[in-house]
Amino acid sequence: MSQKTPLRIYLQCGLLLAAIFVFLGAGDQNARFEDLGHQMMCACGCNQILLECNHVGCPLSDGMRNDLASYIQRGDSDSLIIQAFVQKFGPTVLIAPTTTGFNRLAWIMPYLILILGLGSVYLIVRSWRKRPEPALADGIPHAHGAELDQYSNQVRKETEL
Amino acid sequence: MAQLGSFALMLALALSAYSFVFGLIALIQKNRGSERLAETARRAGIATFAAVLLAALILAVAAFQNDFSIAYIYHHTNRDLEWPYKLAALWSGQEGSLLFWSLLLAAYGLVLRLRHKTDQRLFAHASVVIAGIQIFFLLLLNFAARPFGLMQGAMPADGAGLNPLLQYPEMVIHPPMLYLGYVGFSVPFAFALSALVMRYPGEKWIHITRRWTMVTWGFLTCGVFLGMHWAYAVLGWGGYWGWDPVESASLMPWLTGTAFLHSVMMQEKRGMLKTWNVWLIFITFMLTIFGTDLTRSGMINSVHAFAQSSIGGWFHSFLLIIFVVCLAAYLKNSSFLRSEHKLESLVSREASFLFNNLLLLVACFTVLWGTLFPILSEWVQGHKITVGAPFFNRVNVPVALLLLLLTAVGPLLAWRRTSTESIKRNFKWPALCAVLAGVFLVATPPSWGGPFGMRPWNDISYFYSLMAVMLAVLVAATVISEFVRGGRVISRHTRQNLLASMVHLGHRNTRRYGGYIVHFGVIVVIIGFAGSAFNQDKEQEMTFGDQMTIGSYMLKCESFTQDDNPNYASEWAVIDVFKHGAQIATVYPERRFYKASQQTSTIVANRSTLKEDLYLVYEGQNQTTGHPVIKAHLNPLVMWIWIGAWIMLAGTILALVPNAVPVRAAAPVPVRDAVTVGAGD
Repeated sequence: MSQKTPLRIYLQCGLLLAAIFVFLGAGDQNARFEDLGHQMMCACGCNQILLECNHVGCPLSDGMRNDLASYIQRGDSDSLIIQAFVQKFGPTVLIAPTTTGFNRLAWIMPYLILILGLGSVYLIVRSWRKRPEPALADGIPHAHGAELDQYSNQVRKETEL
Repeated sequence: MAQLGSFALMLALALSAYSFVFGLIALIQKNRGSERLAETARRAGIATFAAVLLAALILAVAAFQNDFSIAYIYHHTNRDLEWPYKLAALWSGQEGSLLFWSLLLAAYGLVLRLRHKTDQRLFAHASVVIAGIQIFFLLLLNFAARPFGLMQGAMPADGAGLNPLLQYPEMVIHPPMLYLGYVGFSVPFAFALSALVMRYPGEKWIHITRRWTMVTWGFLTCGVFLGMHWAYAVLGWGGYWGWDPVESASLMPWLTGTAFLHSVMMQEKRGMLKTWNVWLIFITFMLTIFGTDLTRSGMINSVHAFAQSSIGGWFHSFLLIIFVVCLAAYLKNSSFLRSEHKLESLVSREASFLFNNLLLLVACFTVLWGTLFPILSEWVQGHKITVGAPFFNRVNVPVALLLLLLTAVGPLLAWRRTSTESIKRNFKWPALCAVLAGVFLVATPPSWGGPFGMRPWNDISYFYSLMAVMLAVLVAATVISEFVRGGRVISRHTRQNLLASMVHLGHRNTRRYGGYIVHFGVIVVIIGFAGSAFNQDKEQEMTFGDQMTIGSYMLKCESFTQDDNPNYASEWAVIDVFKHGAQIATVYPERRFYKASQQTSTIVANRSTLKEDLYLVYEGQNQTTGHPVIKAHLNPLVMWIWIGAWIMLAGTILALVPNAVPVRAAAPVPVRDAVTVGAGD
């Protein structure tokens, strides 16, 4: 029998801990109610999270909360409950885009823009660094290297800034 | 009266058209006669203000006189409405708020045209651009959203009343502030477009528009925070920001405007980012128009959209025209926008501004993308989806934390390049303070409540909160160290005490130190936001003597009752609040039913302290028992948000004050010129 590598042991321990965490969480019905109730919107059009909808006379939120509690009581899985709500109230009942199909684009785009932005900044910086020094008036020479550092230090000492 | 109002608007349109057309002709002709023509165009622009002001006054007087023959007055007021809300009715509906927008634009135009001697040619160009924007709004007011439209048939005895959500003191000042911010960006836009078209030499246009932009940004900041406070106090859901599309619409130009205020310094100091700055101000202006479009066109559902109609087409067309004009002006004159200097190091103030702008723009894009994605989904998938708070928070919170890090780092970096030694020296103490703050928050017991006893490993929101507080401490420490270091230098040369020296320092470079105070305000706001991870709420039916416990508070229902006045009927509960066994307050959560509009509204009872808000909502009565249902929220650190907003405002005002004459410090070693301290940005 081959000896297990430390990496495999760590991986197995990690999976075991994750499984314990998941199963411990699954047993807590209140936590599931809170979690699922915060993944859905009230369908009355008030734009509020289901568990936070409290406007007077809301025709839907109480019924939706009761439905949610009864589905959890019945032992339905999270995905089944979400499907039931989507079927009844439409996809707008989910508070955020899913991570499947076209909706995945909603999540990808901001990060894509960030990456493209970082790339653009890199290219801009690179082109700026290659740019020649602008000429100073009256033929004053540019300070470079040690000479520039010396001037910078002098300014810092004298101003302490 | 309505006819006079309609006439004033038609006259304003004619005057604006004259100002635009003849102003443009005068600019193109460039001969001696064109000067006289330009002057008549300028005066027509000034007269536009008088005509629009007349129309606005007529509408306000009609509201006070209960002239329900005017449809707008009928739909947005009633006889028993209190007078401040009759004034607020001017911006509470579609037509009135467009008139108000036009009035503010005319007022900004008036100031601009009266100050034309600063630079006549540049101001003449800007005046034409302002007139062009004014024409659009006056076309809307004359043909698509007429505020003086009349009711059919006999005049109704009473009006339909103002939306109850708008009957709150802040609604009298929140929209004007927001509009002053939105409309104000027209002025830097006008100058940027003019400078581009004129190929205006140097950075003078930036100096001219800097104050305009800061004033506008200040108004927009006030408007955004007042809107948050209104949502918190009136909507009764226990929060202040729900990523509603209308909230997002106000945030987007604020983000790009903030980016502009930073990047513009690179153009002033180093002649860099010229193209970027021009486009940033173009985009900011377009976002203000887009925000107005969102609020009014009914494109997206919102609890804040009080003035929906079908004028979306007008706004879409206007946005397209603006974009085409901006693009054409840019393509024709882009060679004029070449940067003058090179970037020497990534560890420099210039690089920090680049990253600051990138992050602000990514945050803005995320908000825009999340706001528009439901529409995109409908086009592609055939059905709308919801993009709510979890989306915006998951993407924008890390971006905001990175921005906070840059807020700490940026001001300590020198222009051109910064030595490693300088970074170490300047960051040692602030970084230590931040780490100690983090350790303290984690080490304290959770029983202290709120942000104390944080367990960042339990929930990602706790982790973000901890990071936010640590970075806020880092920023605060760097801001304080900047004041202290500058103050010490002044103190040495003027023999003043340190505090007086720091005040002196602030006066000598108001923009820089005002900016630091704004940064300080931002971190106070961020600390307030960080508290939201620890919000608690509880709901309970309460009758006489019933008790509810939330956090360290015990609530006891003393009684519940109801009242009636001509404007509304109300019911409320009387709740005694106890802490550690001692009664500390009595609060009155209330629900009102407005008779004219047949709508209900909650009046929240909020007991606010620096540590937390105890926020009670009268949710209604149990239909079976008739007992009131009370929802209690315990929201830590909310007051910090409002304090931070005031600090930001104070910093903005300081930044607008002209610099005092700098004291020239005698240099200890002979150099060509004496050294001026604290004069850079």
